[in-house]
Amino acid sequence: MRKAELAMASVMGIFSLYLMWKSAELPIGWIAGEGPGGGAWPFWLAAIMFICCILIIVNWVRRKSPPSQSEETFMDQGTIIAVGLVAGSLIVTVALFYVVGVYGALPLFMIFYVRFLGRHSWPVTATMATVSPVLTFFFFDILLKITLPKGLPIIEETIFYPLFKIFL
Amino acid sequence: MVEIATQLWGGFLVAFEPLNLMLIILGCTVGLFIGAMPGLGSVNGVAILLPLTFLVPPTGAIIFLAAIYYGAMYGGAISSIMLGIPGASTAVATTFDGRPLAKQGMADKALTAAAVASFVGGSISVVLFTFFAPPLAHVALTFGAPEEFSLMMLAFATFVGLGGDDIPKTIFSICIGLALSAVGLDIISGEPRLVFGDIPGFMHGINFLVLAIGIYGIGEMLWTVEENYKAGGKSMLSDATITVERTISNLRELLGTWKTAVMGSFLGYFVGILPAAGATPGSLMSYGIAKQISKDPDKFGKGAIDGVVAPESANNAASTGSMLPMLTLGIPGSPTTAILLGGMVIWGLEPGPRLFTDHSDFVWGLIASLYAANLFAVIINIAFIPAFIWVLKLPFTLLAPIIFLLCLIGGYAPTQDMHDVWLMLIFGIVGYLMRKLDYPLAPAVLAIVLGPLAEPALRQSLLISNGEFSIFFTRPYSGPIMISALILLFLPVLAIVWKRIKSSMAKA
Repeated sequence: MRKAELAMASVMGIFSLYLMWKSAELPIGWIAGEGPGGGAWPFWLAAIMFICCILIIVNWVRRKSPPSQSEETFMDQGTIIAVGLVAGSLIVTVALFYVVGVYGALPLFMIFYVRFLGRHSWPVTATMATVSPVLTFFFFDILLKITLPKGLPIIEETIFYPLFKIFL
Repeated sequence: MVEIATQLWGGFLVAFEPLNLMLIILGCTVGLFIGAMPGLGSVNGVAILLPLTFLVPPTGAIIFLAAIYYGAMYGGAISSIMLGIPGASTAVATTFDGRPLAKQGMADKALTAAAVASFVGGSISVVLFTFFAPPLAHVALTFGAPEEFSLMMLAFATFVGLGGDDIPKTIFSICIGLALSAVGLDIISGEPRLVFGDIPGFMHGINFLVLAIGIYGIGEMLWTVEENYKAGGKSMLSDATITVERTISNLRELLGTWKTAVMGSFLGYFVGILPAAGATPGSLMSYGIAKQISKDPDKFGKGAIDGVVAPESANNAASTGSMLPMLTLGIPGSPTTAILLGGMVIWGLEPGPRLFTDHSDFVWGLIASLYAANLFAVIINIAFIPAFIWVLKLPFTLLAPIIFLLCLIGGYAPTQDMHDVWLMLIFGIVGYLMRKLDYPLAPAVLAIVLGPLAEPALRQSLLISNGEFSIFFTRPYSGPIMISALILLFLPVLAIVWKRIKSSMAKA
């Protein structure tokens, strides 16, 4: 936990410096007739962020904050696997949006989560994997007219154009 | 007074026409569900259903939209309490205590408190609306950029002074939220700003919902996955039950929170009237004040019932309040009222002082329908609580993928840009790691909401004063607000100094 506290404060400190540098692409001083330049607001905010990171590191050295006193491990192996599997499956699902679209990726995510992580029976898995995309489609695409990603054009043309013709 | 009562009676006759009554009930129900979806709020509900209203007469149409607005304000609390994901920015403060209550198996208590507090907020504000519309609208108009910025400072200061978290981490969280809200086009010069890696997705800025759903949705769920793993797969989102006896005892406990509800309603109503302020700062300030005046402030953030009542009464009162400048002056106080205003213009109703005389049946019909919508919304909301509780009792491994699904779609829906979905995942994972290290993340979410209001207010104020910061202290309304903000901001430092003086005196 101690190492993680220091690492996070350092990474955020570097990010603050980057933000200051990036803000300075726009004027950060006073412009006559226009007031503060466009970069001033984020520049000074980033400067305060940087000072906060230094204070967090000072507290770390003095062992003032709870994470800097803790001798626990930040994440044990089991936690890394449990959280990593879920986070990883989300990343893969979003990446699949580009290929098979939301309605192809959602059933796959449901099967992975309900069957393999949740260890539910196949009938429960199948119900979740079919009902959730169907409800999503009718609520978002049809009722609210918010078009969700459909993946490759061929999928949209062959599956969704006929569906839209029926329901819209 | 008699004249107002007669007109209000006439309004009730309009609101209780069968078609209008049906529209009120339908609007409240639709609004409740739209508001309860993470990522969709009253703005989406009103905007999406606006075209449908052309099927009914203008009075019915605005009544329907106002009922959706009310229903959605009630619904926003539902996902805050049940899932810990604020459905809209106005419900962010509700998560602070609503979520801990749900985790302790008291989701029914939190949901009932939210519904009843919303009803109180709605009722008080609609009475204020009926009797004090024009004079209040004029007070609100005297609020300029310096006053607005001072109000924002007060909202942030409540976090630093009262949050009880690590101070450098709280300030860091506020500043990163404000800095992220600056991404996109600079509002004054129009130049691109903080466009990381020249990725075009950053040009439209970072939507508040991307950060909120990332942190509260994905981040919170990863946190629960970890807890679930540590508990050997037995952890649940909420082990809630609901019985008649529990509901009665919940309602009895709520009677003790009447002071908080009344305070929240008045405060929320006034903040709601202010142009560009609206329900989010109102609910946050109400939460901060409730904590300050509470006899047991340490309970806040851990499941205090007052912590749900304060923001919920305020955000509903603010939603009524924000209709006031829209009707009397033609200035919308919130994004939703801006769309309502658009609707009114389409129907040929010109908002402004003359609306009350030229179309009095319309105005009073709308005001009366607010009374009716408020009543129906609380009834519908309470009727659905058992269903919400049932959903919470589903096994975690079934509920979790549904929530992730809602998060992914909720992140995509507002801008319909895949860039935002990726950004939401990144915020979720980083937010989860930061939360493990005790970084408070709620201030970041509020900062990204208030940032787009705070920055122009600051820049305009400085432009007026030619760079002099004294402008915030010398104006009659801005001065006291800014001084209170600074006192709150330095409260932790003052407390440390006071402790040292006391201990050195004790030693001597």
